[in-house]
Formats: sequence, C-alpha cells, structure tokens
Amino acid sequence: MTRWWTGLVGSVVEAWSELRIHRTRVLMSLIGVGVAVAALTTVVAGGAIVEQSQVEQYERSSGRPALVVVTAYDPVTGGAPAAEDLGQAFSTAAERYSITWTSRVYNTGTQVQTPHGVLESSMLLVDADYGTMHRVSLAEGEWFTDRDELRLAPAVIINEYLWNQLGSPALQTHPTLDLLSGEQPVTGVIVGITPSSIYDTWPTVTALYSAVDRLVANSEQQYVSPSLEMWVPPENAEPLQEAVRRDIAGALGDDIQVDAYRQDYQTWGDGGDPFLVLKLMIGGVAVLILLLGALGLLNIALVTVKYRIREIGIRRSFGATAGRVFFSVMMESVVATTVAGIAGVALSVLVLKNPLTAEYLFAFVEDVPPFPVEAAIIGLVTAVGVGALAGLFPALVAVRVKVIDAIRY
Amino acid sequence: MPLLRLRGVTRQVTLPDGPPLEILRGVDLDVEMGDHLSIVGRSGSGKSTLLNILGLIDEPTSGLVEIDDTPLARLSSGERDRRRGRDIGFIFQQFNLLPGRTALDNVMTPLLYATGRQFWQRRRLATEMLDRVGLAGRLASTPDQLSGGEQQRVAIARALVRGPRLILADEPTGALDVETGASVMELLDGVAESSGAALITITHDPNVAALARRHYRLERGVLGPVDAVRVAALAAGGVTL
Repeated sequence: MTRWWTGLVGSVVEAWSELRIHRTRVLMSLIGVGVAVAALTTVVAGGAIVEQSQVEQYERSSGRPALVVVTAYDPVTGGAPAAEDLGQAFSTAAERYSITWTSRVYNTGTQVQTPHGVLESSMLLVDADYGTMHRVSLAEGEWFTDRDELRLAPAVIINEYLWNQLGSPALQTHPTLDLLSGEQPVTGVIVGITPSSIYDTWPTVTALYSAVDRLVANSEQQYVSPSLEMWVPPENAEPLQEAVRRDIAGALGDDIQVDAYRQDYQTWGDGGDPFLVLKLMIGGVAVLILLLGALGLLNIALVTVKYRIREIGIRRSFGATAGRVFFSVMMESVVATTVAGIAGVALSVLVLKNPLTAEYLFAFVEDVPPFPVEAAIIGLVTAVGVGALAGLFPALVAVRVKVIDAIRY
Repeated sequence: MPLLRLRGVTRQVTLPDGPPLEILRGVDLDVEMGDHLSIVGRSGSGKSTLLNILGLIDEPTSGLVEIDDTPLARLSSGERDRRRGRDIGFIFQQFNLLPGRTALDNVMTPLLYATGRQFWQRRRLATEMLDRVGLAGRLASTPDQLSGGEQQRVAIARALVRGPRLILADEPTGALDVETGASVMELLDGVAESSGAALITITHDPNVAALARRHYRLERGVLGPVDAVRVAALAAGGVTL
C-alpha cells in the first residue's frame, strides 16, 4: 500500500517537475490542446444557447410543452358551435382536471387606421394566459392582465412594424388604434409592442378574446370558433388531452366533431429529438476540433520522448520500474492536458460570459441559460482523455527503451 | 554471504550477419560488503557489459548471477528494478546528470523511487548528501553551471543518497583532469568506506585502479585477477597493462 501511495505521489511529483523543466515546450504543445478544449467547450455551450434560442422560438410559435389544442366544428355544415357553449364546456373541463393555464385562440384579420391610410392587418384574439403559454416577449409595454378585460376601449398589443407606421407613439401617452373589422369601428388602447424583425412587414394586432364581439363581425363568428389551448405537464398530456376532448364532445352533443392534439415542438417529426441534427452537427465540429488538437499534442509528445530516451535510461538505472516510467510519462501528459483543459474551459467561460460578447450572443434568448455544466465537464473529461491517449504512445515507447542503450544514447 | 556472486557468466550477442559474438566468457566473481574492486581492460573487452550485469541492468546469456543468495533469474523485472534502486548506485563516466535540473533535484531523483522515510524526506536527505560531498553551496545550480568535478560530485551524491550496498563506477574520472579525478576518487573511496558499501570501479586509469584492494583485468571477455604489486607499478608508470 505504501509503495502504491509513494509511487503515485512520486509519479505526480515527477510529472510536475518535468512540466516545470520543459515549460516552454509544454506550453507550446498545450496551446493547441487548450484552444481545442476552449473551442469544444464553447461550441457545446454555444450549442446549448442556440438550442435554447430555438426552443424559445418554437415555444413562441406553437406554445410550451405540452400545449394541447382542442378544436370543434360541425362536420356536416362546416360551421362552428356557439362560441359561448364551447367556452363553457372548455372551462368546465379545465376546472374538472385542474388545468390552470388555458386560452381561447382566434386568428382573423382586421383593418387599422394609420396616418398613411387604412392597412390590412392580421389579428389574434387570446386570453391573458396565452402570453405565458407562448412565451410572448414585448419590446415595449406589458402583456394583458385580467384587469384589461374591464376596459371599455379594448387593450391591444401591436407589432413594432405597425407601431412604426403609427409614428412610434410613447406608450405612456396611451396611444389609440382604430380597428375597423367589427360591426362598428372600435378604438383600442395600445398597451404593448411585440418586437419585429426586419423581415416582419405585416401589421399584427393582438387583443383579448373577451373583445371578440366588438372586434369581429357577427357573420364571421357564426362560421369560425376559437381553438382552445391548454398548457399541461408533458407527462400527463396524453390522458388529459383525451379526457378534455371527451368531456367537451359530451357537452356539445353528437353533431359536433371535437379534436384534441398536441401542438408544441416536442411532438414534431417522428417523436425523436427535434434538435438531433443540430446536436450532431455541433458534435461533429467539436470532434474535428479536438482531433486536430490531439494530433498536434501526440506529434510533439512522440518527438519529445525520442529526445528523452537518455533521461529515461538514467531514471531506470536508479530504480524506476517500467511501470513507473509508463505511468510517469502518461501522467505528465494527463497533468499537462488537465491544466490546459482547465485553462480552455476558463477561456470558454470568459468568451461566453463576458458582457461584450454576451450582449451579442444572447440578444435572441429570453431565458439566458447558465454556462452549461455539461459543456465544462465534457471539455475537462476530453482534455484528460486526450492527455491519456496522447501519452499512451510515448509511454509505450518509453517502456520499450533498453536501459543500457538509453544511457549511451 | 557474498552480496553478489557470479558463476560461469557468459554474454553473447547475435549479429545480423555472422556468428554470435561472445562478450563475456565464464566470468566468476564474488563481491562482499565493504569490498573495493577495480576492473581494468581495453576498450571492447566487455567491461561495460559486465558492469550492466553487475548492476542488474542486463542479463547473462548463461551462468549464475546471485544477489543476496537469490538467483537473478528468480526475480521479476519489477523486483530487479526495485533492488537496483535500493541496493546499487551508479556513477557514470559522463556523469549523466539530468539536464535542466538543479543539483538538489538530481540527487532527489533516486529518492522518488524509494518508499517511506526516504521518499517523504527526500529533500532533507539530498541536501545532507550534497553537503557531505562538499556542495552545500551549490544546491540550486544546474549541471551547466557546475564544473566537471562538481558534476561528478553531484553524481556521487546521487548514487549514494539511498545508501546502496554496492556502488558501480564506470570510468568515474574519465572525463576529469588528473587532479580533479584524484580528489573525486578520494571522496568516492571515503564515502564508500564509511558507508560499508562495496565499490567496483571500472577504469582505464592505473592510478584509479591502484586505490582498490582487489584488482581484476578483463581481456576478451575473460576476467582474471591482477597482482596488486603489478598495479602499483602501473600506477607508478613505465609498465603497460
């Protein structure tokens, strides 16, 4: 036991001494590994950020997992059930199964009055929960609250494009917007602005569904009913989806066809990981980077051992066993790459977390993910693995050295 | 009980195009604790091969090598390495100090392969040993900052720091001038005698050989005793080996 312990400590001491003596060479060879580990860690961490940004984008368009959509229509006439009955059946079912996050969703169009004339616009009518269920982010103002239901002039949230068309009025001045699609023109109060990308050149208006009677013509409402969305725990989504569908179908009668399905990104494709391709691409790039770093290190390590044969012979003459020489050369490589790995991970954290780059990198992410621990672990484990692999060949060469020849080398 | 016993030791090497080359033939030798032997011989006579066998670095082709009555063949490779580290100290003609390391680091090197007190107190032991060879003031000097004589003193300190029972010196003064060589040999002889270790010196130099108590000559692989009077005459000059 004592021999093992002193052997281990001795090998580490020896390895550290070697690294100290050959610091310039070691530093040069490790720059490659450090940079490779930094690149690997950054790519993995960057991948997590890209994934998060993609997730948020998906969640905005199709809701957070698990988002179940319920639709109802008359298959014979193509007409919609009475919105009031549908709403009632939905809220009863939601209450029965303790589903707290629900929203009616109604997509339609409208016309809005701007200083440049009347513009066609898309219009989305939802309940207040929709904002959380779809991770809606606002550039200005605030999302709807239940109090907005009580407004005489309906609260509206418009996109940045439309806001610019209106002259970008300050929200503190309670700017208004005339909506012309209802039975009567309605003046809404703008309470929030959703961000628009440069490609977003179509006005959109979002309002609470409770204002549907004022904002949508009666003739249209007869034929189109809102879809009903509920946000439920993914593990219970399937039974809840079926139970709610059955309850609503029961409440609306046999003439109405009720469908329920999940709409969130987790159900896309064939049920596999929707980010698999992204992950494979990132993994491929990371492995390539690492291979290049490892090859450089292996090359230098092999050349170095050739230069150190005499030294290895001298150590053997003073009692270093073959195993000990193998372990020391290996340890030297592992100690060095571990240090390089730590430096690489630190560099990666610096790159991703420094305010200058973070501002740019996280511009499209709402929930900025913390520096992924798995990226740091992958970086470090890889550094140790590369060290062990790059140390293996030189260590084998070192063990095969004949003491006599080595001393005379 | 002899520390080391050689009986009928031969060493052959196979040449790629030709018959096997016999380097050592039927070598018999007993080495006791406290012995001081010299082995002289011309270049190519097999001196270094014999030294490697005595130092458990090389194995004989045939014959018996025993250390503490244990046949070498019965020891595993690792056990042989450990015995070498514990019981044998090497001093080389070219010093073979580890480049870039200080004198202290060089002397601490063999202690890295020791266990227990020797391992954990290696710095203190190495410092004491360097003090003993008169280099207390050069602990932090690297080989390129030391003279030839100082380097050989570091090599002696390194060979002796684990308290070996056998010291093998291969042309220890070969790279030194006469005066420095004499002082190094005086030191080596003194340290070996005070520690009770056996000292085997392989040399060309009759003056160095004359310091030993038993004298051998190796000629074409055959080891034979040399008369002490003849060695003394050689050292005085005028007579060749």
